[in-house]
Amino acid sequence: MSAAAAPVPARSSALRRLVSGYGQELIILAAIVALMIVVGLYNPRFMSQSNLTSIFAGNAYIAVAAIGMSMVIISGNIDVAVGSLIGVLAVLSGTLAVGGYPIWVAWAAPVVVGILVNAGVGALVAYARIPSIVVTLGMLSILKGGLISVTAGAWITGLPEGYAIAQARLFGVPAPVWFMVVLTIAAAWWMRNSGFGRTIYAIGGNPEAARASGIRIERSIVAVFAIHGFFVGIAAVLFATQLQVIQSTVPPNLELTVITASVVGGVSILGGTGTVIGSTLAAILFAAIGSSLIFLNVSAYWLRAVQGLLILATVLADMARRHRIR
Amino acid sequence: MTAALRPFLRHEAILFVLLVAALFVLAGQSDRFFTIANLLNQGRLMTEIGLVALAMTFVIVTGGIDLSVGSILGLCAILLGVFWQNLGLPLPLAMGLAVLVGGVAGLVNGLIITRFRVPPLIATLATLALYRGLAEGISQARSVRGYPDWFFVLGQGDLAGVPTQLWILGLLTLVAGVVLGMTAFGRATYAIGANETAARFSGVPVDRVKIAIYTASGLVAGLAAVIFVSRVSTTRSDMGTGVELDVITAVVLGGTSIFGGRGTIIGTAIGLVLIQALKNGLALAGVKGDGTIVVIGLVLILAILASNLFSREDG
Repeated sequence: MSAAAAPVPARSSALRRLVSGYGQELIILAAIVALMIVVGLYNPRFMSQSNLTSIFAGNAYIAVAAIGMSMVIISGNIDVAVGSLIGVLAVLSGTLAVGGYPIWVAWAAPVVVGILVNAGVGALVAYARIPSIVVTLGMLSILKGGLISVTAGAWITGLPEGYAIAQARLFGVPAPVWFMVVLTIAAAWWMRNSGFGRTIYAIGGNPEAARASGIRIERSIVAVFAIHGFFVGIAAVLFATQLQVIQSTVPPNLELTVITASVVGGVSILGGTGTVIGSTLAAILFAAIGSSLIFLNVSAYWLRAVQGLLILATVLADMARRHRIR
Repeated sequence: MTAALRPFLRHEAILFVLLVAALFVLAGQSDRFFTIANLLNQGRLMTEIGLVALAMTFVIVTGGIDLSVGSILGLCAILLGVFWQNLGLPLPLAMGLAVLVGGVAGLVNGLIITRFRVPPLIATLATLALYRGLAEGISQARSVRGYPDWFFVLGQGDLAGVPTQLWILGLLTLVAGVVLGMTAFGRATYAIGANETAARFSGVPVDRVKIAIYTASGLVAGLAAVIFVSRVSTTRSDMGTGVELDVITAVVLGGTSIFGGRGTIIGTAIGLVLIQALKNGLALAGVKGDGTIVVIGLVLILAILASNLFSREDG
C-alpha cells in the first residue's frame, strides 16, 4: 500500500497541529475533564472548592518534581532517589525555619542543596560513567537511611509564622497551584525554544549524533541533573509547608509516583521525546482519580490497583500508537 | 573464552577482597559475629532476597529489569492466606497456588515486554503498582494468622542443623549457576543482553527466553513469599515493599552490568552475602538499621566506581 507511506498532507489546521504535537497531553486532559464530569454528577461535593483545592494544591509538589524528572528521563537517564531527596530537603527546610534562620533561608536552602546534590549525581553519571539507575539507587539508600539516622523519625513542629508558603493564596488561588502552572509553562517553553532544551532532547534521542554535532554530553548531563535538583528543591519546600508539621520520613513510593507521572504524561523512557505539560497533567489525573475513588465510595485499598491498571493501559496505548506511526 | 571471562573475574575478585575485609573488620567489632548460630541465622534472613536475586541476575543480564518482584511477593503472600483461610483450601495446595500466581504475574510481565515491546522498566513499574494494588485491595488491610505448626518448618525450622530455607537457596543457587554458566539457555541470555538484534538474527528465540526468565522471576518471588510468611508467621499486604531495590543492589554489586550482557550467579551470591554481612555486622557493632542502609548505598556506588576504573585500564 503506497498510501501508508504517503507524506503528511501539506494542508494542516492549527487544530491538527495541536493534536499531532500534543496527542498524549490532550488524551490526559480529556480524561481529567471526563472524570470530573462523571464523578461530579454522581457526587456534586467532588466539584466543591475545598475538594478541588485539595486535589490541585495538595499534589502540586508531585507535578513540580515531575518537571525535573521529565527532563532527566528525556535526556535518557532516571532518578529513583527523588522521593528520598524531597524528604531530606523538606526536613532541612523545617530545621532551618525552627532554628531561627530567616524564612527566606529556609525556602532557598533546599533549592540550593537540591541543585548541588543532583549535580553530584549527574557528575557520577556523566564522568564516572555509572548508570543513573545505579547512582540514584545508591543515593536512595544514603538519603533515606541518613534522614532516619539523623532525625530518629521525630516530627518537626512549632514552625514560625509566615513560613507556610504552600498555604498562602494569590487572587484566591493556592500558591502551590501558581508554582505548578508557572513552572510547567516556563519549563515547557524553555524546553521547546532554548538551545539547551533542544540539547536535552538530542542527548536522549541519539547521544552519538549529539556528540558528533558538537554537544558536550558530559556537561549537559550534569546540568540536566542540576536543573532537576532545582525543581526537587521547590517541590520539597511545597511539601514541607503544606501542613503544620513536617514528618521526617520519606513519603513512601513518592519516587514511583513522580516517575509514573512523567511516563504517563508521554515522556518516553527510551529518552528523546515528551513534554513537561504532559507530566503535570498526569500528576493531576492521578490525584483526581485518588480523590474520586473516595467520592464513589470505592474502598481506598483499591486505589493502587486502579492506578496500576491505568498506567498499564496508558503505556500499552502509547506503544500501540508509536508502532502505528512507524 | 578466558579473555571474555577476565572482566567478570576481576569484578568478583575486587568484591571478594571487599567481603573478606568487611568480615575481618566486623568480626573485630563483636564476638558474636563469627558464631555459627549467628551466621546461620543471617542465612535465614537473606533467603527471600537471595531467591529473587537469582532470577533478577538473568533478567538484568538480558538488559532488562523487574521492579515488580516486591509487589508479586506481597500479592502471593496475601493470596496464600486467602486461599487457605477464606477459601478453605488445604495449606499445601494454597502454597502451590500462591507460587503459581507468582509465575502468572511474571508471565504477564514477560508478555507485556515481548508482545507490546514496552521497555521492562516501564512495564514492571506499572505492574509494581498493579500487583501491590491487588494485594491491598484483596486483603483490605486484614492480616492472616494462625497457620499450623508444620508450616513454620519452612521459615523457622532446621534441616540437619541448617535453616530449611537455606537448603532451598543453596540448591537454587546451584541450579541458577549451572543454567546461566553452562547451558544453551544461559548463552542465549548473555547473547540477548549483549546485542538483542544480533541474537535474533542468529536464531536465538529471544521472546521465548525473555518470557521464560520473567516467569521464573515471578515464580521465585512467589516461593520467597511462602518462605517469608512461614518465617514471620503472618500475612500482610505490605510484605516485600522495597525488596526490588535490595535485590537490584545485590545483583549490581555482584558485577552484573545494568546494561546487560555481563554478570554471574557467583557475583550475585557474593554481593548478597556482603550486604547481609554489612547489615548484621554493623547492627552488632551498634549502628542502627538506618545507618547500615547508608553504608550499603555507599558500597554500591563505590564498588561500581572501582570496577569502572579498573575495567577502563583494559582500554
